[in-house]
Amino acid sequence: MSDSSVPATSGPEGLTTADGVPLKQSLNRAVRRSRLKALLLVAPLLIFIGLAFVMPIFDMLSRSVDNPEVSTYLPRTSESLTHWDGEGLPDEAAYAALAQDLEAGLKARNLGRVASRLNYEMSGMRSLFTKSARKAGRMEPPFKEALIKADKDWQDPDIWRLIKRESGLYTASYYLAAIDRQFSPTGEIVEKPEYLQIHVVLFIRTFWMSAVITGLALLLAYPVAWLLATLPAGRGNLLMILVLLPFWTSLLVRTTTWIAILQQQGVLNDMLVGVGLIAEEARIQMIYNKTGTIIAMTHILLPFMILPLYSVMKTIPPSYMHAARSLGAGPVTAFRRVYFPQTLPGIGAGSILVFILSIGYYITPALVGGQSGRFITNFIAYHMQTSLNWGLAAAIGSILLVVVILFYLVYNRLIGVDKVKLG
Amino acid sequence: MSVIKKIIPSRSGIPLRGALVIAIAAAGMSAGAVQAQTLNIVSWGGAYSDSQLKAYHEPWEKKSGDTIINIDKSSNALSGLRAQVQAGNVTWDLVDMLPSDALIACSEGLIEPLDADTLFAPAPDGTPASEDFIEGSLSECFVPQIVYSNIVAFNTEMFPEDKQPDSIDDVFNLEEFPGKRALQKKPINNLEWALVADGVAPEDVYATLDTDEGIERAFAKLDTIKDSVIWWEEGAQPPQLLADKEVAFASAYNGRIFNAEVNEKQPFSIVWDAQVFELDGWVVPTGKLDKVKDYLMFATDTQRLADQAKYISYGPARTSSASLVSTHADTGIDMKPHMPTYGPNFETAIPKDDEFWADNLDELSQRFNAWLAR
Repeated sequence: MSDSSVPATSGPEGLTTADGVPLKQSLNRAVRRSRLKALLLVAPLLIFIGLAFVMPIFDMLSRSVDNPEVSTYLPRTSESLTHWDGEGLPDEAAYAALAQDLEAGLKARNLGRVASRLNYEMSGMRSLFTKSARKAGRMEPPFKEALIKADKDWQDPDIWRLIKRESGLYTASYYLAAIDRQFSPTGEIVEKPEYLQIHVVLFIRTFWMSAVITGLALLLAYPVAWLLATLPAGRGNLLMILVLLPFWTSLLVRTTTWIAILQQQGVLNDMLVGVGLIAEEARIQMIYNKTGTIIAMTHILLPFMILPLYSVMKTIPPSYMHAARSLGAGPVTAFRRVYFPQTLPGIGAGSILVFILSIGYYITPALVGGQSGRFITNFIAYHMQTSLNWGLAAAIGSILLVVVILFYLVYNRLIGVDKVKLG
Repeated sequence: MSVIKKIIPSRSGIPLRGALVIAIAAAGMSAGAVQAQTLNIVSWGGAYSDSQLKAYHEPWEKKSGDTIINIDKSSNALSGLRAQVQAGNVTWDLVDMLPSDALIACSEGLIEPLDADTLFAPAPDGTPASEDFIEGSLSECFVPQIVYSNIVAFNTEMFPEDKQPDSIDDVFNLEEFPGKRALQKKPINNLEWALVADGVAPEDVYATLDTDEGIERAFAKLDTIKDSVIWWEEGAQPPQLLADKEVAFASAYNGRIFNAEVNEKQPFSIVWDAQVFELDGWVVPTGKLDKVKDYLMFATDTQRLADQAKYISYGPARTSSASLVSTHADTGIDMKPHMPTYGPNFETAIPKDDEFWADNLDELSQRFNAWLAR
């Protein structure tokens, strides 16, 4: 769309085209037309990005704070609790409203949603709701007594405070749960008991292990990329195939191959026992733990480091190093001051690629990570599929997204994304 | 390998063309007969799906001309149902589910209420269906097929012949019974067994678990074997781990161990101590009742439930089926001693408390996961 930068004032003022339209206007029209054409060409892509990328992210962000259950399925109760100050027990009107809501919810078969929602916050809410709802139809006023007779938990003010707190349309509960915090009965934010804390540990582990994997990949990839870039074309291509072949192999195949190699009855342990390095009983546990995840993921992500490095190194003329040597620099100095700085864009590109990819990795940690080598992504999947707490999954996902963006900004500040070169 | 979610079409007994021929023939015989359709049925896979295939699916395909596609998704059935209902595009027609999941799905309106007496056939002697199923097993939206059991099994070759394990305590006894243990990666069953091994009577297990000290006690007991445990997630894993001798003990569904023992001649044996038993059965996703009505009537009758017990050692959930259970279809061995409900096996059995787990699963799972990650 470089023609948009054509200065419209380049023609002398007052000039017109053959049909009498001012030149400026005619030019603008032409520019607009070509812009529209360009837009039409990229429109499918824009629509695709909007549908497949922006909307799901927006959906995830909104789901992480969305809290429709209590206000939708207990409408009368949440309405009548707005007047309650949270001290002692609510009045008879609130109990009557609850009895009505329970009866209606049981009939419409949607009480389970609000019961599940509140059970995330306090164990036992599910059965409290279903048990009370079954009796709600036969209750007679005063409802306060009737409900407390149905289950004495209804005289616990904490339960009423919970219902009141979660009757808003939006909630911070999911984000609090994602960082191992919760609301206390009185509404303050407190840490969860230690035996329930898990997400923060996993966030830290995910970032820490991704950093280790990135560092290892860089260490291994640098010499390989250098070799690739400096070998004569024939042998260089052969080596390149050795890099690309695993890159093209299915992720699942590579992961399961590592299982076969690393497990206790696996190839590597057999070899070590065979040559007498370790005893039969002392087979090393190299998989289903952190070690397994780090080894397998470093291998799987290595090409993402080698290829950007290679593409940068390929453009560095060997004569620079020769010049540095001839001017008296030792090999280390020449490397450090001449060669290495020129490979920085490649290092940057490879590192950001590997780091961000590994934060989002899911299958490999799930298969070879055991307990200690699992990532926070595995817990997103867990909350999606097993615990069914989709709000919490969305909150964890959103935190992950924000952290990745933060890393990207810091990285941009330090290295500059415009310097990144992917080949 | 839980992440690799497989959608495996059933080994259909009737090729598509055959099904068409039968469908056309059937349509010709009775004018206006229902057209042959494709049913997407969700179940657990492995030996269990095979038993359903032989007892229900193949006879039904032959009878109606329908095609049945078997989907191995029952371990995530609740999340799948919820997602399909929310997306407004339910593709599953019938789902095999645990009663606890069915309770939740029913209260969220994801599945249809089922009226036993109009939807299921009466027993051969005329007893209406609502009185023929095991007492308390039918619930508003759920019809049970079988009683199955979570047990611990071991590989007999891993221990000397004169010293084979015979109680749940032995699973927690690393000194006398060394080797790794494969346990399911969820708190259910493991907490119950930990308490029994710690001296709690089977009938007091849930009362104990309902207290903070009880939970502490169960986790403390699990701590003693934590380093020797491999955690499994799919029902097909424990027989595999036992066969490979990666583990000495494995918790498993009793039918899978039976299948490995009898059909694959593996040297496995079940510790019939403190089995945690429960039901398994069908639910119908909202809006699918008309489509599966005929199949459901067929698949819940007395003979069909008894038929399934010819292929896998799960007790039929209809009282009238029990007397029809006889021998294994291929090997001819007597099925009765392999059933979880068989007298000697049942002495210390624990009925899984669905209400306890409905209330506490969220919190105890979180605690269990945190405990695992430590």
